[in-house]
Parts: sequence; structure tokens; C-alpha cells
Amino acid sequence: MPLIDPNVVDLSRLQFALTALYHFLFVPLTLGLTIMLAAMETVYVITGKQVYKDMTHFWGKLFGINFAIGVATGLTMEFEFGTNWSMYSHFVGDVFGTPLAIEGLMAFFMESTFVGLMFFGWDRLSKPAHLAVTYLVALGSNLSALWILVANGFMQNPQGASFDPDTMRMQFNDFTALVFSPDAQAKFVHTSIAGFVAGAMFVMGISAYYMLRGRHREFAARSFRMAALFGLVSTLAVVTLGDALGRLDYLVQPTKIAAMEGLWHTSTPPSAPWLIAALPNDATQSNSMEIGVPYVLTPLVAHSLNTPIPGLIDLEQANVPRVDNGIKAIAALQQYGETHSATSLATFKQYENDMGYGFLAQRYAPNQDVNLITPALLPSVEQQAVKDSIPNVFVTFWSFRIMMVLGFYFVAIFAFAAYYSLKNQLEKHPMLLKLCMWSIPAPILATEFGWVTAEAGRQPWTVYGWLPTFQSASSHDVGYMIFSLAGFALLYSAFIAAELYLMFKFARLGPDEHGVAAHHSPVDASIAAPIFAKPGFANKSWE
Amino acid sequence: MEIYIALKVLWAVLLGILLTGLAVMVGMDMGVGVLLRLVGKTDGERRTMLNIIGPHWDGNQVWFILGGGAIFAAFPTLYATSFSVFYVVMILLLFSMIMRPVAFEYRSKVDATKWRDTWDWAFLISGALPMIVYGAAFGNVLEGVGYHYSWTGQYFQDESFLGYLLNPFAVMCGVMSLSLAVYQGGTMLMLRGEEPIYSRARTYATLGAVVAAVIFAVGGVWISHMNGYVFTGTVDPGMAATPLGGPAVAAKAGAWLNNFHAYPILWLAPAIGFLGMIVGAVALQLHMKIVGWWLGVLSWVGTISTVGVAMFPFLMPSSTAPAESLTVWNATGSAYNLGWMTFFAAIFVPAILSYTSWCYYVMRGKVKVETVVNDPHSY
Repeated sequence: MPLIDPNVVDLSRLQFALTALYHFLFVPLTLGLTIMLAAMETVYVITGKQVYKDMTHFWGKLFGINFAIGVATGLTMEFEFGTNWSMYSHFVGDVFGTPLAIEGLMAFFMESTFVGLMFFGWDRLSKPAHLAVTYLVALGSNLSALWILVANGFMQNPQGASFDPDTMRMQFNDFTALVFSPDAQAKFVHTSIAGFVAGAMFVMGISAYYMLRGRHREFAARSFRMAALFGLVSTLAVVTLGDALGRLDYLVQPTKIAAMEGLWHTSTPPSAPWLIAALPNDATQSNSMEIGVPYVLTPLVAHSLNTPIPGLIDLEQANVPRVDNGIKAIAALQQYGETHSATSLATFKQYENDMGYGFLAQRYAPNQDVNLITPALLPSVEQQAVKDSIPNVFVTFWSFRIMMVLGFYFVAIFAFAAYYSLKNQLEKHPMLLKLCMWSIPAPILATEFGWVTAEAGRQPWTVYGWLPTFQSASSHDVGYMIFSLAGFALLYSAFIAAELYLMFKFARLGPDEHGVAAHHSPVDASIAAPIFAKPGFANKSWE
Repeated sequence: MEIYIALKVLWAVLLGILLTGLAVMVGMDMGVGVLLRLVGKTDGERRTMLNIIGPHWDGNQVWFILGGGAIFAAFPTLYATSFSVFYVVMILLLFSMIMRPVAFEYRSKVDATKWRDTWDWAFLISGALPMIVYGAAFGNVLEGVGYHYSWTGQYFQDESFLGYLLNPFAVMCGVMSLSLAVYQGGTMLMLRGEEPIYSRARTYATLGAVVAAVIFAVGGVWISHMNGYVFTGTVDPGMAATPLGGPAVAAKAGAWLNNFHAYPILWLAPAIGFLGMIVGAVALQLHMKIVGWWLGVLSWVGTISTVGVAMFPFLMPSSTAPAESLTVWNATGSAYNLGWMTFFAAIFVPAILSYTSWCYYVMRGKVKVETVVNDPHSY
């Protein structure tokens, strides 16, 4: 069987990575802001204070700008499985497509139907009815994340399905195992709470901007406090869940955890150092530079004092027998496809669990046919295949570290922000307010690096241990890929420009404070009036 | 096995329902998008048109997303193959679908003619293109698509994109689907719009219904002469879901009428479609807007079920390797998977239909230009 042109595979990967990361620029804010909007509106309904209604309106408006593009770009992923990852879709559609379909049925419909009422229904619904609608939007968006991460959890740790040689695909056989996969559950909580952090930082940062300029004082102070407290609780939860995820990776994806820690050789407990920084070199399979803290790695990863953590070189060599078995599995499977003989099926069943490693070897077989691997060729095929069985260490190591450092930075900044907000001393700390403002993109960045860690660390697999990425792509011409990549580049650049323009415009404009008109400072009026008169030329008329 | 066959047929029917729901709801919004510049002469009128579907477009768009997800799960091989062989149009469709939400949300947020004009064009393109692609896909599937599989289940394309996707029959189907969308969208504008939107929309909606009816009739004659596909080997509907090693299939002129000859009751499907369009046009002329809207739904139901029953059990025949054609018997998910999908659909489809209806009920009534222009929440 001919393999897909490696250039097409690379371009397909590039396209998926870029469009997924782009989509996830908007998702965290959606997840976080819906929850915060629900909280603000709840306070409004209970206390009846106008400022909370103004908050819901204003943050809702910014949420809308973000939401539209988030919804739009999410569609891309669903399409790309079919348009660019045909073999993958065929191979796992029976189990991977299901959570995506359920997401549509259970979550996305709810979120998208009620978001219309959330924006348009203020005058048509009673207060509690509108509040219920806002809750349903928040519930919908977070349930949506749940099902997406159940699907992703299957890629990380495929459980709930088994390979069927008659249909040549993974077939769904255990709903509970799929949905309650520890990987999926931990990652769902980790990811959606990371979104809460992003939402909190967004509200806190823009509120800080008003405070620094002395605008919308009450509005900003209340928004800030709510965001700081919500953010503090959320960051602590994210860090905790992050640790749980690391532990899961240690159990089910040893190559990922070793790459995250830059661990080439199996560690020697208990003194093994945890690397603060290193320069992993994937070509020489060593770190050119290392700065580490001894005695930290083992308890951190294994949650014990004397468990050795397997290093990448040892993991590679441990895969040699799996490659041998995989070659036998693929050969038997091919034979079974042609003859449907009981013996070939029995041989396949014997080596089935190493089938993915046979796919890895296929790349290095003469004519990409595993039947042509002679005993003389076998050692070199084995070594080439196992070299492919680990992820890129440099990328995994550093994306993990950037995410983690940002995570701890968030704990600190939210702790200070919450403390001074509760003591009403924020005005005395303009540096902190500035830092809050400048940190708005940081949680989004952290989520992006989190995804890079999770997905780059899963390589070379799309379905861990079963289907290699290079086998998953559609058999396109390079020309098709250039066409779609160019289109995405054009469209997505235009969108982000429009998005940022509107976001800055409306954030600078500030809220409409219906109930507290008297609190408008003169500065406010001078900014707001001309902008309302002629929004397109806001800056000009201000000058 | 019996249960598996029942599940396969059930999901083929559900696929039809999804494709119809998508055509009605998304098509309606697309129709409004296409008519935006034709019916709306001033900015206020255009904003009114956008706000007529404003509270609903997002929910409607999910029909499209759900359609994709359901095909992925219930017909994995169909999803894997069709999305890839139609790559170029699928990507164009995707670009259109991405453009629309952004256009809705961003268009009216800046008061500059150039900005709004640009987004208005985005509405036109992102409304017309998907509907043409949608119809053309049906056309292509009816004609058969060139592909085959390797032993691993990887598809390979045997025809170039320009060679088969842009043929006259497919383009004609595309124009029909666009016409039905204009019919549905125009009718929605009549329901919630006032003069002058109402009258202009009525003209275009009627035109849409008439053009669709004419193409439907011509298409029927065309299909009765073109190649359809039939099994020539023994068929086991309970077979394992793989396109490899299945019964032989042959292409025969007029074969898409076989099901109608075998079960004359099926002629009801094209009859409903055709009458929906003709009576719909008359109803709109008589100002019966609600009746007209529902006749638009019937037009879609009739059209899509006509294609469905003509092709059954074929889903996407292969013109170059007919024995590897995707059918209801060989392209579905496993019984276990279809079982769970049925469970979730049984709970959530009624829920979706009820809360969607409630949303339309809450937002009922005419949308006025003055209200839209003065409301800070409006698009």
C-alpha cells in the first residue's frame, strides 16, 4: 500500500495545528466568561442592583465579539477530521465521532440556541427566565468542552473500543470506559477551569484599565473583585488538576511524560533532579545543557520516593519487540483481508496489541510492504521504527515549562489582586493594576502551550499506540493543501484583525452605566460622547 | 443481526431528517444572506433583515454542525470519504460557514459604509456558495463519485475535482438548492418584516419557489435517463461495515427509478416536493405567509426524500469501483455505537425541537427598522 506523501502529512499537520490553536484563542474566554456572566446576573437578580445588570451587559457584549469567532472557527476542526484526516476518521469514527455527535445534540445546540435569547431576550423575558437562559449558555459551553475532551481523551488513552479486523477500524464497545476515561475527565476539568482563569484575567485586566484611569469606579471595583476571587480559586484548581494529569501521563503515556521532563535515561531515585531548564537535542538524544533540582523529580511525577521513571532511550529500546510483533500483526491482518482465513485471524489476534508499531515499521519496509522485510533488514527497520516511537522532546519540554510557569504566575497575581481588592487598597498599587492589564493574554497563551504539550507529546500517534499520525492523513495533492492553507491564512488574519479592533474599541469605550449615571466623571463623558456619535472615527474626534 | 439492520435503516432515515433540518434552518438564514443586498436598499433595512434571523442563526447553524458530527459517528466511512473527495468545495463551504457568524456579530458594530458593505458581500457569498455546494453534492452523489479503497480502508480519489464536481447536472442541483433557500429566507422576511422589505421579499421568495419547481421537474426527467446503481451480487444487509469485499454493483441507465417501480407509493415523495413548491408560490402570492413557510419545509422534505428513496440503499456510489460503493449496509457505525447514538438522539432531538420552538415563540412578531437601529443589542 502506498503511503501518503510526507509533504501532505506535514502540511495537514500544520493546518490542523494552526487552525486548532487559533480556535483555542477564543474558547477559554467563552468558557470563563459564560460562567462569570451567569454569576453577575445571579447577583443582579438577587440584589436588584443596577450595576450588576450593567456588568452583565457590558461583559456580555465583549463576550459576544469573542464568541462569534470561537463558534465559527470550531467548525474547522470538525471538518478537518473528514477533509484532511480521512484514514483517522475511518479508523476511529465509530468511537471518536460519537462524543462529537453527542456534543452537538446535548451541548452545542443548547449553547447556541440560548445565546440568541441571552442577547435579544432582555426585554422579552422575566428576570428569572433570562437568568435561566444565561445559565443554559454557560452549561452548554462547558458541556461542549466535556464531550470534546472525551473525544480527545480517546486519542490520548484509547479505551472503550477495540480493533475489529473485519471492518478495519476501532469499534466502540464500552460507553462508560470512554466517557469516564480518567484522562478525559481530568483534562476536561483542567481545560475548562483554565478557561475560567482566562475569563477572570480578562475581566480583571480590563477593570484594572478603568481603575488606572479613574473611570467607571464602582463598576470596575465590583468586576475586579469578582474576577480576582474567581480567578484565584480557578488557578489553584488548574494547578492541582495539572498535577493529576501529569500523573496519568506517567501511567498511560510514558513517552510523553519523559519528553515533558527531558528525561533521556531512566531516572535513578530518589536523587533524580527535576530540570528547571535544559536544551534537549532530538538528533543526539541528549540534553546539551541542564539545570536541575535534585530529589524533586521522583515524588513529583511518580508520587513516590523510589520508583524509577523510564527514560526515552530505554522506552525506545523496549519498543523493539513491539515492532517485531506489530510487523507480524500487520502481515496477518493484510492476509486476513484477502483470505478471511482463521489462521491469519488467530495470528493477528495474538499480536493485535502491537499493531500500531507495525504501522510505524511499514514506513521503512521495502515498497511500504511489511511482508518484504527480510531477517537481514529487520534490525535496521526496528531501529528506525523505534526512533519514531517518541515525541519531539524540545517542543514538549519547553511548551510544558512555559505553561507551568505561567500557571504559578497566575496563582501569585490573583492572590495579590484578591488581597488588595478585599482591603480596598488597589489604588495604592498601580503597578499591580498595570500587571493585571498586561496579563490579559497570558492565560490564553498558557492554554495554547498546554495543548502543544498534550498533542506534540502524544506523537507519533493520533491514537496512542494504535494509529501513527503519518498513516492518518487523507491522500491529497500538495496543491490542495496549499489552496486551503492560503485560504485559512487570509481569512483568519482578517478575522483576528477585526476581532482585536472591535475588542479594543468596545473595551476602551467602557460600559453604559444606566443606573449610576451620576457616577460618570467628566473624563468619562468626554471619551464616550464623541465615540457614540461617530463610532467609526472615535480617535479622530477625540483629538 | 436483525437489530443491526433496523439500526442501519433508522440512521439512514435520521440522516435524511438531519439533512432536511439543516436545509430548512440553515437554508433559511442563507437565503436571507443572499437577499440582503437585493431586498435591503438602506442600511436600516439590511439591519432589520439581519435582526429578523438575529436571535436564531446561531442555533440554526448547529443543524449543520450536528449533521457533520452525526455523519462522522453514524457513517464513519462515508464521512471520511466524502469530506476528502470533495476537498476543494468542502473547504470553500467551510470558509463560508466561518464567515457568517463573524459577519453577523461584527457588521453593525462599526458605523462605516465600507466596513458594512464588505460584510454585506460576505453575507451574499457565504449564503449563496454553501447552498450551491449543498445541492451540487446531492447531484454528484446521484451521478456517482470516482474513488476506491486500499486494504487498510484508506480512500484514493480517481477523478480530478474540476472534471466531475462542476458538471451541468450538479450545478443545476446547486441552483435548485439555492432557489429553495431564497424561498425559505424570503418567506421568513415576510413573516417578520414590514414594508418595503415584505413586498420585495415576497417577489424573490415566489421566484425561488417557481425556479425550484422547474428545476425539480427537469431534474426528474434527467435522472430517469442517467446512470443509477444496482446490486448485481447477493446483498446481506447485516454485513460488517466495510466497503471492501461486498457484493458486485453495476451502473445502469434509469436504475434510480427502480425503487419507485417496485413501490409506487414512493411517488408520493416527489409529488409532495413538487406540490410544496407550486402551492407555496401561490400561497405567497395570496399573502399566506405561515402556510408558505411550512410549504417550503415540505418542498425540502419532498426533494430530499425523493433523492433518498431513489438511491436507497446507496449513499455514495463509486463510479470507478462500483463494488466499493458506500451504502446503508456497509458504511454505518457498529451496532453498539448506533445504539448509543439512538439513545441520545431520542432524548435530545425532542428537547432541541421544543426549546428551539420556544425561542421562536419568545422572539415572535414584526421587527421594526426604528427598533433595530435604536437597540444597542441588535446586529
